[in-house]
Formats: sequence, structure tokens, C-alpha cells
Amino acid sequence: MQRINPSLMLCAAVLCSLALPCLATPAADVLQVRIAYLGYTPASGPLLSNVIPEPSDAGRRGAELAISDSNSTGHFLKHSYQLDVAEHTDGASLLTAARELHAQGVRLFVVNAPASSLRQLSQALPDSLLLNAGSADDSLRQRQCLNNVLHTLPSRAMLADALAQFLAVRKWTRWLLISGSTEDDQAYASALKRAAKRFGHRIVAEKTWSFDNDQRRSAQAEMPLFTQTTEYDVVLVADERGDFGEYLPYNTWYPRPVAGTQGLTPTAWHKTVETFGAAQLQKRFEALAGRWMNDRDFAAWMAVRSIAAAVTKLRATEPQAIRNLALTAELPLDGFKGRKLSFRPWNGELRQPIPLVQPRALVSTSPQDGFLHPHNEMDSLGYDQAEVSCDLTRGGQGTPYSP
Amino acid sequence: MRTNHHTTDNNKRINPMRLTHLACAIALGLASHTALATTAYVSNEKDDSISVIDLGSLEVTATLDVGMRPRGLLLSSDNKLLYICASDSDRVQVMDLATRTIIKELPSGADPEQFALHPNDRWLYISNEDDALVTVVDTQSDEVLGQIDVGVEPEGMAVSPDGKWAVNTSETTNMLHWIDTTTQQLVDNTLVDQRPRHVEFDKNGKRLWASAEIGGTVSVIDVASRQIEKVLTFQIKGVHPDKVQPVGVKLSDDGKYAFVALGPANHVAVVDAKSYEVLDYLLVGRRVWHLAFTPDQKRLLTTNGVSGDVSVIDVDTLKVSKSIKVGRYPWGVVVTP
Repeated sequence: MQRINPSLMLCAAVLCSLALPCLATPAADVLQVRIAYLGYTPASGPLLSNVIPEPSDAGRRGAELAISDSNSTGHFLKHSYQLDVAEHTDGASLLTAARELHAQGVRLFVVNAPASSLRQLSQALPDSLLLNAGSADDSLRQRQCLNNVLHTLPSRAMLADALAQFLAVRKWTRWLLISGSTEDDQAYASALKRAAKRFGHRIVAEKTWSFDNDQRRSAQAEMPLFTQTTEYDVVLVADERGDFGEYLPYNTWYPRPVAGTQGLTPTAWHKTVETFGAAQLQKRFEALAGRWMNDRDFAAWMAVRSIAAAVTKLRATEPQAIRNLALTAELPLDGFKGRKLSFRPWNGELRQPIPLVQPRALVSTSPQDGFLHPHNEMDSLGYDQAEVSCDLTRGGQGTPYSP
Repeated sequence: MRTNHHTTDNNKRINPMRLTHLACAIALGLASHTALATTAYVSNEKDDSISVIDLGSLEVTATLDVGMRPRGLLLSSDNKLLYICASDSDRVQVMDLATRTIIKELPSGADPEQFALHPNDRWLYISNEDDALVTVVDTQSDEVLGQIDVGVEPEGMAVSPDGKWAVNTSETTNMLHWIDTTTQQLVDNTLVDQRPRHVEFDKNGKRLWASAEIGGTVSVIDVASRQIEKVLTFQIKGVHPDKVQPVGVKLSDDGKYAFVALGPANHVAVVDAKSYEVLDYLLVGRRVWHLAFTPDQKRLLTTNGVSGDVSVIDVDTLKVSKSIKVGRYPWGVVVTP
């Protein structure tokens, strides 16, 4: 698939008709802000419980909405935001498309792609600013920070910490951990183990689901026996693709809840998030996309909105200036989550509350009350400054990636 | 209204005693609706109802069913009509406070959230949160006089005391939009901090106060130049700055105080309206939204969304004297004499 759609989302000339003061202004006075959305989601392979597929345009629709939201301020300030979209089914084509866009002058990118692809793009576009709205990889936020990358999608560590705080509040401290066998599942399991240690939980047993069970039994029938271990309070599952995890709730040996990638799930965004003005964002998104907004959509929306907030403040589009402003406390961001959001200066990751949801309800939002932090309670989620070996504010001190 | 006006009488005979009782009940009922003490009306966003508080006894005396997701409330200048933004019903309802019945519904545009009434008592300026519009409705002819394009998520609305300006805030565009009421046209915009929620003119119309929820600030704007004169910030001991999220603002008529509801900080800031110095922070219920004075300005009521109650602040002593349980997610509040 080769698709590059330079689409002028909202024409400055049309918008000018709304505000009298700019009626007589020539188009040359308009500050053009070009942002490219780069999308690549690898195929997840055959799945056992793939009944409800993920939307194929997850991420892009969030970026589109944010462009139209940003043009609303833009047309009063004579700033015009435009989205270029490049979506590909492999990393190499995405890299080529990104280089083409760069040659056309684009320096601001929202990337919804795996960590490996993000690293390539970061290296190939050193004078650009990339906002990661697709990879939850922890190493990008801890040891291998990329100097020109900010992250709006929460890391696995943030998600796991958000869940572990809630389980600590509920005093469900004995965990059975079940993980899938993919690299991503193992990374999610590692984040859960780290969170268990941070928040005083005990993993009483750990199992990997490899589906080498008795093939005469369905997965559902296998689960009660598979979860027959030392007694636990809760089953934690690390199955990012949704291969087997959906079969765990109600099928555990002990009558216990399930949490993690299935069951009670920590996520950046969900349909059931409605307070703090979120209902309005949900409605706007649903009108645009005809479906619910998910975490990828939110991350891409947040990425474009972060750029726009910086451009509004700076009245300029230089990627370095936007990056530097984003890493200060001078850019409070509105993410409809009840707190002002900001980027952590040490690793460029967006501080944000994490909703804990089940399919039809918001169960809680972390950070939980009582988990204190000397500077910002949201920094109790994910890698805190002392645990991170990079520091983006000391120009390029983030360990550059070397393959 | 949840009062039962009818008595069941299966044998159909007229019972003089019962008639007397009925007459008394009606007389008392009318009296309680019209003649008694100061009354507060509170919209309960998640209960589709209005709680009526008798400010003599400080008790909820009635709960009135209204349209879906009621938020903004305001009174006609004679205090006889209550206007209600029924956001999810996409209409503004008009309640006759003497009978406590909805007498008509105005064509508000989609998702009305807040509104303001022009001093001519006719033009109602309504922000349509989902459509990035301000709708102007004539409350007498029920006609839509105009729709004005503003920024994304219009929210706060205020009309200047002289009726010249209608000002709207847009939460995602982060601007104040100045509408000239003689032409119903947008003529200027003022960029403020993130997520402006509420605007309030001072009594003489010289200054406009605008709260910014995510920015954590209140901007005081000179109306003549439409430039920001002062930006107020708030620091409460023991409360993280991120939780300081200004929403409702009320200014006392004597020009002495500004009160600012600080949302999830659960406090109301008391500001010296002349020096702009923050004098005190008063602890109220959880997620404090909006404010209303009693007519004598001796008391200030706050709606506390998360804790589902109304706090009563004594203005002379600057102390919180009472909290009154209302419905779920109380949002707006107005007070009649």
C-alpha cells in the first residue's frame, strides 16, 4: 500500500471569513503548520480470540480531529494546520515516505509505529520532531531515549504502575501472572513484575500460555486447570494481541478477578472516560470517525494538540523550539483528564492519569489517592527521573540509539 | 414536582373534611412556592433534576424533574422565570417559578451548556458546546436571531452590564470571543490560558474576569482595550498546583471581593477585587463548579460536583457555614429573593 495524502484540512481563506479582523489579510501572513502522520501497524498473526478487531484507522482519526480542533484557534491567530498522512504495511516503505515528506519540508511527525520503526525514523530525520503515538516500549523512555522524540502514548511501565496502584488500594496483593510468548507480551509481563515490586505485590505463580494443552479441550475449558496454582487474589494477564486473555475472566480456578491486557485494563483512553470535558471530545471524535476513540487515537490527538499548543505559544513552527518548550513546565496541556498534562523533561514522556477500565465502565483512574510523590503525583506512574539514564534537557544526553 | 395533589377517593362521595384538607394543602403549597424566604435552585447534571433549597431552613424542599443533563441556570430580571440548559435534550427550558412548571422550550441549538441574558431581558446568548456556535434566541418571540461561529467547545457566556458585548469562552480554542450585540457579529478574540470556562463582568462593566481551568489562572481583562490586565494564580498549601482548576467566578457588588471556584482543589479563593491579592482559600465540597450570591450578598453558595452537595459561605466572616446534600453532580445555581 502506497498512500500519501497531502490534504489541506481547513483552508485559511475560508476560515478567515469567520473573523472580521483577518478579512483583508493576504494568505501570505498565515503561518502554515504541516504535520505528517506516519502509520505502520504490523500484522498480529493468527489469534484465537479475535472476534472484535481493532479499527484499522486507529491513531490517524485522532490526528485528524486534533488538526480541526487546532485550526479553530489557528484561524483566529492566522495559523493553518495541515495533516499529511502516510500509512504503510512495512517499516521500510514508511521510512521512504517519511523521507519524501521531509524533502517537501515537513519537520513535525506523529508516529504510530513499533519501536524499531520509530528508532529508524528518529535517526533518519535528526532535524525533525517526532511524537510517538504508537509504541509503549519502556527502553525508549529509560535507557535508549531518542533525542528528537516525545511520547504521548503511555509506556507499559506507566500502565502497569497504574494498575498495580489500584490493586494495592484494593489489597489484592497476591498475583498469578500469565503471559503470552511474544516479545511484546514478555515486555508487558516485565512491566507488571516491576510494578509488583514497586507497590508491594507478590507474584505467587507465573505461567506462560503456549497453548500446548490437550487439544480436545477448548481454551475456555483449559483455563480453570491452567490457573490452578497457589491461591491468589487476582490473575494478571500479559497478552497484548488478545490471543487467549479474553478466555480468562470467569474461567479461573479460584473465583478471582482478571486484570492486565484483559479484564480490568489500564489504558490511555476509553469510551467510558467522560468527566473533565472528555464527553465533548468523545462526541467530536465519534462524529468524525463513526466509532469510539481508543488509546491510539487519543495519543495521536494529544500529539497534534501538543504541537499546536506550542505553536500557539511560540508563534513559530521550528521543531527544536517546540521540543525545548515541551520539555519545560511552561507548556500546560489539556488532555481532558482532570489534570494539566506536561512532558517529563528527563525522557520526553507525557505525564498523564491512566484510566482503569472494563469494557463498559470506568473502574478507577490512577494515580490513586495516597501514592505521593515529591514533585508530581503523576510521576508515580512509569519511570521516574532517578530511574532513567537519559536526560533530554541536557542537549543530546539521551543515549543515542546505535543498532 | 413530586408532590401528590390528588387524594384517592374510591366511593366518589364528597367528603367536606377532605375538601377542607385539600384546600389547605393547595393554599400552603402556593404559599411555599411564592411567599417564603430566599430560594436557591441547583441543577443536578446526572439526575436530570433541579434541587430547590429554602435558604431560611437551609434544606432541600423539593426536587423538580427537568430535561436531560441540566447545567447552566439563569433567572429573568424579575426573578419569575428560570432558564435551564438541558444539554442532552438540546434545548433551553423555561420554568415558571410560581407554578414550578416548564412553560416553554426555546430552540437553543445542540448541547446548550451556559448562557447569558441581555439586559433587555429578551436576547439569550447560548453556547452550543458540540457545534462551536453561539445561538442568540429572542425569549419572547422564541426566534433564533443569529448563530455565531466561535471556537471549539464554547462554554462560558456573559453579557456586559451595558448590553454592548456578549463574550463567549471556547475551551479547546482557548479564547474569549467578543460578540457585538448590535450586529450579532464576532469582532475580536482574546487568547487566554488553557481551557477557559467562565467569564464574569464586574458591576460597572469595565473589567471582565475569565477563568482558565487547565491553565490554572484567572485573567482580568480591560473591556475597553480587550487586553489582559492581570493574570491571577493560586497556591493552596497541601494541594498540588495541577489540581487548582478555576471554574466559576463571582464578584461582589461592592467591588470588594472576587470569589473563584477552584474545581478539584476543593477550595474557593477569595480575591481582593481591587489589589488582585488572594486573601484566603475556603475549603468546600469536592470539585467545586459554580457560585451564586444570595440577593443580600451576605451568603455565597457553591455547587460541588463530585460530593453532590452545596456549600454555604458566610461572606462577612469568610467561613463555610453549612453543606447541603442535593442530587448527583450539582452544576449550576441561582438564587431568588
